[in-house]
Amino acid sequence: MSATASPELPRERALQGVTLPRVIRSEWTKLWTLRSTRWSLFLAFVAQAGLGPLIALIEMSRWSQLSLQQRFTINPIDHSLGGWHLAQLAVAILGVMTMTGEYHTGMIRSSFMAAPKRLPVLWAKLLVFSAVTLVLMVVAAFIGFLGAQAIFAEHHVNVALGAPHALRAIFGVALVITATGAMCVALGTIVRRTAGGIALFVGVFFVLPGLVDILPSATANALQPYLPSTASTGLAQALAQPNSFTPWGGFALFCGYTAAVTVIAAVLLKRRDA
Amino acid sequence: MIEVRGLTKHYGDRIAVEDLTFTVEPGFVTGFLGPNGAGKSTTMRLILGLDRPTRGTATVNGRAYQDLSAPLREVGALLEARAVHTGRSGYNHLLALAQTHGIPRRRVDEVVALVGLESVARKRVGGFSLGMGQRLGVAAALLGDPATVVLDEPANGLDPEGIRWIRNLLKGLAAEGRTVFLSSHLMSEMEQTADRLIVIGRGRLVADTDVASFVAQASAGAPVRVRSPAADALAGVLGGIGGRCEQLEDGALKVFGLSAEQVGDAAAAQGIALHELTPLQVTLEDAFMSITKDLVEYHESLPEGEQPGVPLATLADGEQQ
Repeated sequence: MSATASPELPRERALQGVTLPRVIRSEWTKLWTLRSTRWSLFLAFVAQAGLGPLIALIEMSRWSQLSLQQRFTINPIDHSLGGWHLAQLAVAILGVMTMTGEYHTGMIRSSFMAAPKRLPVLWAKLLVFSAVTLVLMVVAAFIGFLGAQAIFAEHHVNVALGAPHALRAIFGVALVITATGAMCVALGTIVRRTAGGIALFVGVFFVLPGLVDILPSATANALQPYLPSTASTGLAQALAQPNSFTPWGGFALFCGYTAAVTVIAAVLLKRRDA
Repeated sequence: MIEVRGLTKHYGDRIAVEDLTFTVEPGFVTGFLGPNGAGKSTTMRLILGLDRPTRGTATVNGRAYQDLSAPLREVGALLEARAVHTGRSGYNHLLALAQTHGIPRRRVDEVVALVGLESVARKRVGGFSLGMGQRLGVAAALLGDPATVVLDEPANGLDPEGIRWIRNLLKGLAAEGRTVFLSSHLMSEMEQTADRLIVIGRGRLVADTDVASFVAQASAGAPVRVRSPAADALAGVLGGIGGRCEQLEDGALKVFGLSAEQVGDAAAAQGIALHELTPLQVTLEDAFMSITKDLVEYHESLPEGEQPGVPLATLADGEQQ
């Protein structure tokens, strides 16, 4: 091997320390140097960009079999963005794993030894992951929307970008998915296990609404708007949901939840033994 | 320079480290010796700010690890537990760590070459052998060219050539004036690498000494193996001068309490022929037993179950030299 003799180490100690921009740079590298991350992001992108046009294609090919009422209920905005639930799931799982993957492999110890204040690691992960998700999802949502409209144009049910709620829904989908991803990074930080983190996400987004549904209807109706799933959905669709806050109001609430989970994550990250 | 003062760590009811105080000086390889489970890894994790002490302090160059503004440039660490994402390549792992400190790529290439991982650095760490993983860990530790190096069981998983390599590397680092602190549960490894020794058992300090005196102290009670056609007569003679003999299955005797010289001289004086006379190596377990025996007497006033010298039979983990 190369170094059986004593090593010659260059004495370059410009004592520049750890800074948030440097940790961000490091997290950027970490994000893109894992095959699983690239695949998950690719999957989320394909789901968001491709599913809408696919739905449009199916609807147009079945046009002659659709009843008049079915033709009228085609919502060209929401159907063109129909992939967002799948994209959200992929981003949520990846969000959980950006943290739990480090705990699972032990990488977190290296990360904390490099940045012993710890919180910069969380902020950098949130920032890098959110920025990447937001950009990818905005682009994917536009592709999905425009692609689907081109297909809907066959039977003139297409809408333009300037249609009411169209741009709001396009950016809404991207914002909601991004906020979900951020919340899942925080959930992963709290739970530290991949399975547990994903279970928590599924519980909050898919099981909790079902549980609320079986409550007495007055109680259920009162709780419904506050559910994270309900709060986050409004902004991502053009069609108004029954029993919910306004799209931006709901999103603000959802961001509040994300912030609360992040604060808990930050406190635990700082306090716990790694 | 690492300073540990009254360091204590409890995990729930379990005492991992209790009131440890020692100093690791620059310019030496300081060995941190103790059986598996003695608290070595916990102590190192406390020094590296990964765990919070229950009481006491651990500082590097006078500051707690969390307060170092450029920790990788001051302390390089190799943990015993895995600390690498298996899905990433070795090179990208090092690069990500380097970027937190603004350390240039050139330095990443240097440490990769230094540990001899050039051919596999671009491959995923998941496919690394234990030895390659250790080399990657050493590369990460040296990334910031730190003045203090902390290594937990660095010889684990290395082949004999690798062990020789790391031994020379560490001696070289100490010769450059750096503080080198390495743990091991193998006494033989320490004998060959370390200058100074900090020995712990059950989370408490057992000895803070130099290697030579520790080995001398530990070897004092080493048994002697002796084979003679007149084994019974010999046993009688040895018993008369304070030895205690144990019959081994092959007919040889294992003698406690006497040195090989004393056994040979006694046999010669009585005209008893010897076919074999072998000083047996001290096992780590024996060493700990003999060293901690003194501590029991010294600390007799301590409450029950809190003594550093409580039976250490489980500590040696079957390691034999």
